[in-house]
Amino acid sequence: MSASRIGQMLPSRSVSVLNGGNVWFFGGRAQYPAGYLVSGVRSMLIPSQLSPFSPQSIALSGVSERRRGLAQEKMTENGVFSRDKVLTIDTMNPTVKNVEYAVRGPIVQRAMQIEKELREGVKKPFTEVIKANIGDAHAMGQQPITFFRQVLALCSYPELLNENMFPEDAKNRARRILQACGGGSVGAYSASQGIDCVRQDVARYIERRDGGVPCDPDNVYLTTGASDGIVTMLKLLVCGEGASRTGVMISIPQYPLYSAALAELGAVQVNYYLNEEKCWSMDLSELERSLAEARKHCNPKALCIINPGNPTGQVQSRQCIEDVIRFAAKERLFLMADEVYQDNVYAEGCQFHSFKKVLFELGPEYSDNVELASFHSTSKCYMGECGFRGGYMEVINMDPEVQAQLSKLVSVRLCPPVPGQALMDLVVNSPQPGEPSHTTFMKERTATLSLLAEKAKLTEQILNTVPGITCNPVQGAMYSFPNISLPEKSINEAKSLFLSPQALGQAPDMFYCMKLLEETGICLVPGSGFGQKDGTYHFRMTILPPTDKLKILLAKVKEFHQKFTQQYS
Amino acid sequence: MHRLQHLANRSLIARVFDQSPALVRTKARETSCLVQSIRFKTQGPVEQYGQKRFSTAEATVVLRENGKIREKSLTMDTLNPQVKAVEYAVRGPIVTKAGDIERGLQQGQKHPFTEVIKANIGDSHAMGQKPITFLRQVVALCSFPELLDSSSFPEDAKQRARRILQGCGGQSLGSYSASQGVDCIRQDIAVYIEQRDKGVPADWDNIYLTTGASDGIVSILKMLVSGQGRSRSGVMIPIPQYPLYSAAISEMEAVQINYYLDEDNCWALDINELHRAYQAAKEHCHPRVICIINPGNPTGQVQSKKCIEEVLHFAYEENLFVMSDEVYQDNVYSPDCQFHSFKKVLYEMGPEYFNTVELASFHSTSKGYSGECGFRGGYMEVLNLDLEVKAQLVKLLSVRLCPPVSGQAAMDVIVNPPLPHEPSYLQFHKEKSAVLGALAEKAQMTEQILNTVPGIKCNPVQGAMYAFPRIFIPPRAVEEAKSLGMSPDMMYCLRLLEETGICLVPGSGFGQREGTYHFRMTILPTTEKLKVLLEKLRDFHIKFLKEYASLEEPKRSEDDTRDALKQVQIV
Repeated sequence: MSASRIGQMLPSRSVSVLNGGNVWFFGGRAQYPAGYLVSGVRSMLIPSQLSPFSPQSIALSGVSERRRGLAQEKMTENGVFSRDKVLTIDTMNPTVKNVEYAVRGPIVQRAMQIEKELREGVKKPFTEVIKANIGDAHAMGQQPITFFRQVLALCSYPELLNENMFPEDAKNRARRILQACGGGSVGAYSASQGIDCVRQDVARYIERRDGGVPCDPDNVYLTTGASDGIVTMLKLLVCGEGASRTGVMISIPQYPLYSAALAELGAVQVNYYLNEEKCWSMDLSELERSLAEARKHCNPKALCIINPGNPTGQVQSRQCIEDVIRFAAKERLFLMADEVYQDNVYAEGCQFHSFKKVLFELGPEYSDNVELASFHSTSKCYMGECGFRGGYMEVINMDPEVQAQLSKLVSVRLCPPVPGQALMDLVVNSPQPGEPSHTTFMKERTATLSLLAEKAKLTEQILNTVPGITCNPVQGAMYSFPNISLPEKSINEAKSLFLSPQALGQAPDMFYCMKLLEETGICLVPGSGFGQKDGTYHFRMTILPPTDKLKILLAKVKEFHQKFTQQYS
Repeated sequence: MHRLQHLANRSLIARVFDQSPALVRTKARETSCLVQSIRFKTQGPVEQYGQKRFSTAEATVVLRENGKIREKSLTMDTLNPQVKAVEYAVRGPIVTKAGDIERGLQQGQKHPFTEVIKANIGDSHAMGQKPITFLRQVVALCSFPELLDSSSFPEDAKQRARRILQGCGGQSLGSYSASQGVDCIRQDIAVYIEQRDKGVPADWDNIYLTTGASDGIVSILKMLVSGQGRSRSGVMIPIPQYPLYSAAISEMEAVQINYYLDEDNCWALDINELHRAYQAAKEHCHPRVICIINPGNPTGQVQSKKCIEEVLHFAYEENLFVMSDEVYQDNVYSPDCQFHSFKKVLYEMGPEYFNTVELASFHSTSKGYSGECGFRGGYMEVLNLDLEVKAQLVKLLSVRLCPPVSGQAAMDVIVNPPLPHEPSYLQFHKEKSAVLGALAEKAQMTEQILNTVPGIKCNPVQGAMYAFPRIFIPPRAVEEAKSLGMSPDMMYCLRLLEETGICLVPGSGFGQREGTYHFRMTILPTTEKLKVLLEKLRDFHIKFLKEYASLEEPKRSEDDTRDALKQVQIV
């Protein structure tokens, strides 16, 4: 039995002893699952006998006695070392330590643990964990768009082009993409900016979407999901020290990628609060307040907007976008518009307006000046293809020298995954009327979107029947972010919770969500992970579970909330 | 006309210059003139900008009513200085220019050649290598699971696909995976490593799927960078190195510590040089990590077991974190060389080493015999990583959600290939041996032909995918390059590209000893094309030497071959 397998069977405390504590297991044989040919498995004897390597041989190979002595001094009599690791929590990069990402934070880790316990037969007051923590549509049962997957299969295994099991339009798309790939293979690196023809298709898509506002493929960069583009842009923007350090304005609540990236880059996070009373809309006076305050201690250079909103589900009005652009122009801020939910608009009277389109409608004074980067992705909307990590960004009015630097920076990582680029191409170049796949495609697309619209409404309605929960309309995106009123007693208990000597106290909504998870198996993300006004509490839940499951989930949340309120009042 | 389209559409050579930070250039920053016009001597005629198909407002500077130009919020002066410092030659100015020439050729521009041969990057498929059928079958099945009912796919491919899909949320490649990667793929990797290392245990909890090996390398470096001034983290890297390392180090503002590989000893790593570099660096930073690339990129060298033992002992003594980049582990061609993983050697050195030395090793789908670069698949294995740090690493990775799942699937096929009793085994084995056999042949051919050229000296290409020959550049050429503000091998490679269409990367992009010059070329073009490339290169080099020779002409024993080659060269 190998050390690692013994390690797997021991509780994590012992594993730490195994891995870090210099205990050595002698003898035994490594075991392999049946079916694997193991050539020359060596039983693990005392390694110094097994190996020609010994301290003596090192001394002969040009290492001084002094060095050898040093190494030995570190060993105590029983052969246990007292040396420190190179990389410890105290010596690691401090900016990494500051990073927090609640969407995959402690709640989710606990949920995975519980899932494992359930599989191992541990009894719980529920039979399955329902994950409503992350916008992961396929994991929640949404089916992929057939056409997209057909083309991807054709691109992956072009021999299929000769078979008659695929519609002609899928084959055409695949041929076109393959032709643009080096050696006709998705296995070749693409240009770092992305495949030329995909960028051209993206540009035409943007032009169509924006009613003819021109788009230059040179300004389009394919990315590894939208996150990659957002982090890259933020990276360009960060400079200065002290009071001249770059500040980046982000909405509160926000998608925690922003706060995480800013922490990692050591930039200053400048919060502007969305107006919960006004359906989470953006407030110009709040922008002004936030900026004025930030200018006292940093150099605010960029303004990030998420529209439709994550986690708020709010869709911005045209007027609001106009105000934001005027504000950015006046204050000379670089605009970053995260528009990955652009197809996810459900509420009547709401419509998606791209920042770029509004920018151009404001006339050349704005459209020739305001620097804008906007982001899109394959992960959301009706496709929900998160795993492919496809996405793009478009930059407008970027200084050409800076743009050359951007191109250089992205080249270090060689290229975004090519299957993800192919998928992005299909999203922007979907089957057209007259093509054989058009009907099926439209049917699938409409079905997904109308189901989401239905679930958005359902979620809002049911949550608002719970005393102590107030939920704004889910106008778009994939989330609701209801306000939960927590009893004073529960807040106090959370704050005085003893988790470990390092972690005293817990955010009250984290406490709430943890309890919800333990008691019902429902996995949500506490509002504190997204940011919220002091003294208010929220959670984010996705509207993605299938309708039946979503109803169960909402009923359980309702029941739990009432119980929780009673218990702590 | 307020547009400055030309800013975004610089001429061929101008782009090269713009992206080469070594080049000095004057920046026109007059804000007084109405339209700020920045033109460089090197820029070509405006007519060439006609390639532009879409007209937008980008790269446009418009006057405000008061006649003042609005300053951008993001300019070269306000750009992140660490980003500015990043350099990445493998996709640097030469490659940009090659792309421009290629486009020019397509549009009918005249050049003294008909095609650009790219030997700048280890991109096998782009050079015509065929994908491994089995791998693509599995990926296709995963992408479109309806194919599982098709009789056109072998059973073992279907089995692999089913297993991978079962490991995916909602049985779809379209779900996010866990940030560390799909569980069952990590398990397969652990089993693969145990087999490769002859039974040395591998715990799948220590395996992290990555977006290509680059992603893993950057993540681990990111964890290690801390401190200020003299306590700033120092990272030891070989010179020559793969420029991902220097680029990442600049971006993170860590301190780059160069240790020079021994060119006279076939680019082997010299332990005394490690000590020298370490001691020198200790004066101004805190050396915390040593990076090794084995088999070597760009050197093509394969490290001996003894050498690895020495490196590990050194790391142990000096308390350094070890990062071993082993993406070319299947690319070993010399019959007297063998790949030894750092992990296996560490294990064999005994528990005092195996339980102490912190090691991260990296692998990828991009190299080996599969050459699947576009999928961006890869993994890393960490050993002896502090548990708290491990939790921090998982957190850091979770921000980017997950590596591309199709790349994870490709990685799975590589670590879990068809077994002898399975239906795809024969074909798989045939394809794999064909690729590796051809590479071995091309490695030898490259070395041999290059060594026939006067003024070029090439070490054996023992492994990986590159030759990194030393080239003699006459002093007059060196001077000319310097007067152009260019490194001499950059000028050499630029001229090579312009005159022959061959795209190589200058040695200065990888680092080299002062006063020596090299280029990196891949051995990936098809045998036929590689021969043409090497012959053109020989001709070019001789012409170059003649052109710049001051007194002595390079001696040539036989000019017959050269005359014959001249006929091959298309003008």
